[in-house]
Amino acid sequence: MSLLQINELVASHGLLTAVRGVSFNVEEGEILALVGANGAGKTTLFRTIAGIHKADSGRVMFQGKDVTGVEACRRVAGGIALVAEGRRLFPDMTVEENLKLGASSGRKGTWDIARVLEAFPQLKKVFKSRASHLSGGEQQATAIGRALMSNPTLLLLDEVSLGLSPLAVDGVYASLQHLIDAHTTIVLVEQDLNRTLAVAHRIICMLEGEIVADGKAADMSREQVMEHYFGTHRSTHGEAVA
Amino acid sequence: MSWINILIPGILLGGYYALLASGLSFLFGVMRIINLAHGSLAVLAAYAIWIMADRHEINPFIGVLILLPFMAMLGWALHRLIFERSLKGGALIPILSTFGLAMLIDNLLFQNFGADTRSLAPYVDSLAYDSWELPGNVYVGQLSVIVFVTALLVLGGLHLLLAHTHLGRRIRAAAQDSDAAQLVGIDARRTYAIASAIALMLVALAGLSLALRTTFDPYAGPLQLIFAFEAVVIGGAGSLWGTLLGGVILGVAQSVGAHVHPQGFLIAGHLVFLIILIARLYVLDRLAVGLRRLRGGSQ
Repeated sequence: MSLLQINELVASHGLLTAVRGVSFNVEEGEILALVGANGAGKTTLFRTIAGIHKADSGRVMFQGKDVTGVEACRRVAGGIALVAEGRRLFPDMTVEENLKLGASSGRKGTWDIARVLEAFPQLKKVFKSRASHLSGGEQQATAIGRALMSNPTLLLLDEVSLGLSPLAVDGVYASLQHLIDAHTTIVLVEQDLNRTLAVAHRIICMLEGEIVADGKAADMSREQVMEHYFGTHRSTHGEAVA
Repeated sequence: MSWINILIPGILLGGYYALLASGLSFLFGVMRIINLAHGSLAVLAAYAIWIMADRHEINPFIGVLILLPFMAMLGWALHRLIFERSLKGGALIPILSTFGLAMLIDNLLFQNFGADTRSLAPYVDSLAYDSWELPGNVYVGQLSVIVFVTALLVLGGLHLLLAHTHLGRRIRAAAQDSDAAQLVGIDARRTYAIASAIALMLVALAGLSLALRTTFDPYAGPLQLIFAFEAVVIGGAGSLWGTLLGGVILGVAQSVGAHVHPQGFLIAGHLVFLIILIARLYVLDRLAVGLRRLRGGSQ
């Protein structure tokens, strides 16, 4: 049984359908990357999986259970955590308070503040600082750490490198290696294709709300991904690359 | 010494306004909802305590303790039935729906109690008009001091709750970003319902203070709402200690106004409110933005 099963999922913003009948599975321990141009529906898909965007139709199955109508906070308690685009930290609260709030679901596991600080050592010196006073890299580390505090079974990372300096991105990815080594199941949206191909086991390309390619990262070249990314391979829509 | 005898009652009156406004400010700070039924709910609470005192001989201070859990339940219910639903309809719907609620409460009270004015002062012996004499011929009303201290305790308690408890962090998180709160596992609906329950408990305390210090009738709510609203706006919407400051400024303005002219009590308060509102719109907010930019640039 797959950890996450997405079946014919449709999600809209008013009259605009952002996700059009998307189906895919995520296996336990897998690192899956969703790639696609802006407006491809990746973020809406993530928000729908996390439960803060309502699906028009289709199903989200997590650990064999249908969670499509389940509230976002209950999904966190069930083991789904989303690091949202833009980090969505609580700006007036300290790093410590943000991390403590990450444990609000009460879900038991190995992640606590000490382990988050071990994985993201850059947070130690800003532990008592307000989130609004942090650098982009520190904010991203706090956002990921906060998600980990809920001890997720599935971690959704939306644009972790967006707006960060290359040095800060290196720092965040170095910390993510802890999670990768621990076989955490991760689905990530990332614009940096080189990094995506380096860390992901599998890649799904989205274009205009649909999946246009789905295959093992090892079998996909950067050029193939780029073609699907920009839709220059439209004749192969719906066909698996690998 | 006469100015001290004007200023001190004004400051103490500010304590009442702060207590009255705390529920309005708290609800606005957490849910961004302007509850126009706030004053009417305070009058409803005053009637509930008056019924306990008049018909069942329950001391008003005991009466308010009995009332608190019922007001909490009412707050929870109001959130589920009105606040939550109306917030989904945009910024205007909560204002209209709470205005409707205020009309409903006022008219139901009128239908049941008529136009007679009531007060809880007769049920607390001479507390309502007793005073302490301080050195220099300065007199302070005992009830005013009790209300002021209650306001300090309530605002301090709310501050401690919000700053140092997990519930407080959850409330602040839901207030700042409800989607992000949901994403960390906080049930934002439940948190808002708890905040509404807390706000209605504050309303009960305001209702007791209102009924002890003056008379009230079924249509006393709108005027109390205006006082509360003025205190909140003067002090900064959503800021707890700002609410105290706003209440004190309003109270002192009214006290000074009453000293200048017998009919200057209300006018002076409204005037100060308008001056500060205009200053906030045209000067203070721009100043704050400028200072923030300056601070941002220096980092």
